[in-house]
Amino acid sequence: MADFLEGLSLFPLALTFGTYQFGLWCHKKWKTPLLNPILVSVFLIIGVILIFGIDLGSYQAGMKGISWLLTPATVCLALPLYNQLKTLKKNMGAILAGVFAGTLTSMLSVLALCILFRLDTEVTVSLLPKSVTTAIGIVLAEQSGGIGALATAAIVITGNLGCLVGSALCKLFKIHDPVAQGVAFGTASHVVGTTRANELGQLQGAVSSLSLVLAGLITVVLLPIVCMFL
Amino acid sequence: MVAPQPKLCYNGDSFCLGGNFLKYIKQVFIILAFCLLGELLAKIIPLPIPAAIYGLLGLFIALCTGLVKQSAIAETANFLISGMGILFVAPAVNILAYYKLIAPALASICSIVIFTTFVVFVVAGLVTQVLRKKEGKENG
Repeated sequence: MADFLEGLSLFPLALTFGTYQFGLWCHKKWKTPLLNPILVSVFLIIGVILIFGIDLGSYQAGMKGISWLLTPATVCLALPLYNQLKTLKKNMGAILAGVFAGTLTSMLSVLALCILFRLDTEVTVSLLPKSVTTAIGIVLAEQSGGIGALATAAIVITGNLGCLVGSALCKLFKIHDPVAQGVAFGTASHVVGTTRANELGQLQGAVSSLSLVLAGLITVVLLPIVCMFL
Repeated sequence: MVAPQPKLCYNGDSFCLGGNFLKYIKQVFIILAFCLLGELLAKIIPLPIPAAIYGLLGLFIALCTGLVKQSAIAETANFLISGMGILFVAPAVNILAYYKLIAPALASICSIVIFTTFVVFVVAGLVTQVLRKKEGKENG
């Protein structure tokens, strides 16, 4: 069976699109961030690979057809950045400071805890960019000697967490200012959090999508510096 | 008012609707050009910055200076951004290959991910809120 499936060159793509579509359907039906389409798809694919004993390398080879799209998709983030900057000019000081404080907190707290738990350097580097959008985090982790797969998993889970408990945290810590809420969602839980911020209000959503790109850019600068302490 | 019927035409390779297809070719080309610029800069500049980030900044500057109009990339850019999620599936599936390395540290990894997400959320939100209040007082 494994040989037969590995022989079908389009099987990995069909499997990925199929399971992702199923994930989207689940997300729509039960409306919970727990059922993120990426997570659902990853779990199902890992299940199929293990059950049929498919070679991971052959799955990855089949996915080459779309994996190159990641660079152009990341480059396109310039468009929302440009659009939000125009409308949020007068709040820029506070937004930049908030995103910078959040990003710095993220890296330092991850670094401290990884040292405390005595985790491998490889694992630590993969967790450091966990608050930024996957497109940026994955490349950053790999470039600094981390594991792209672990970075992706940590990033997706982080996004879902922020989405899940963000509103409760806002209430608990009295974060009522819409701009501050947007910064919190975008900085802590990137694109996935932004979808939740969008539900709170248009301003929150706009600030969140600006913050997530800013957080990515700040991480690009901070990561090599933090890695020097490893 | 009758909506104008899209005209089926032959573009030398396949049939398509009106001039739409050619518009997308141009959009894809512009985006790829900035990707290429990014790759070039990443090769030349000896900093650990991914090519995509140079491309992003390059496109951002081009949008700000008016070199590239928003409408010249809008549809393709929105398509790529909204469909980005599926591109992360294959990299995440790769975690299977690292199972042995991650399994013993799974509990610590999970607690780190959960705890730091909460801290970052609160710090980012509170810093922004405090600064906005200060700004508001100074202006008013």
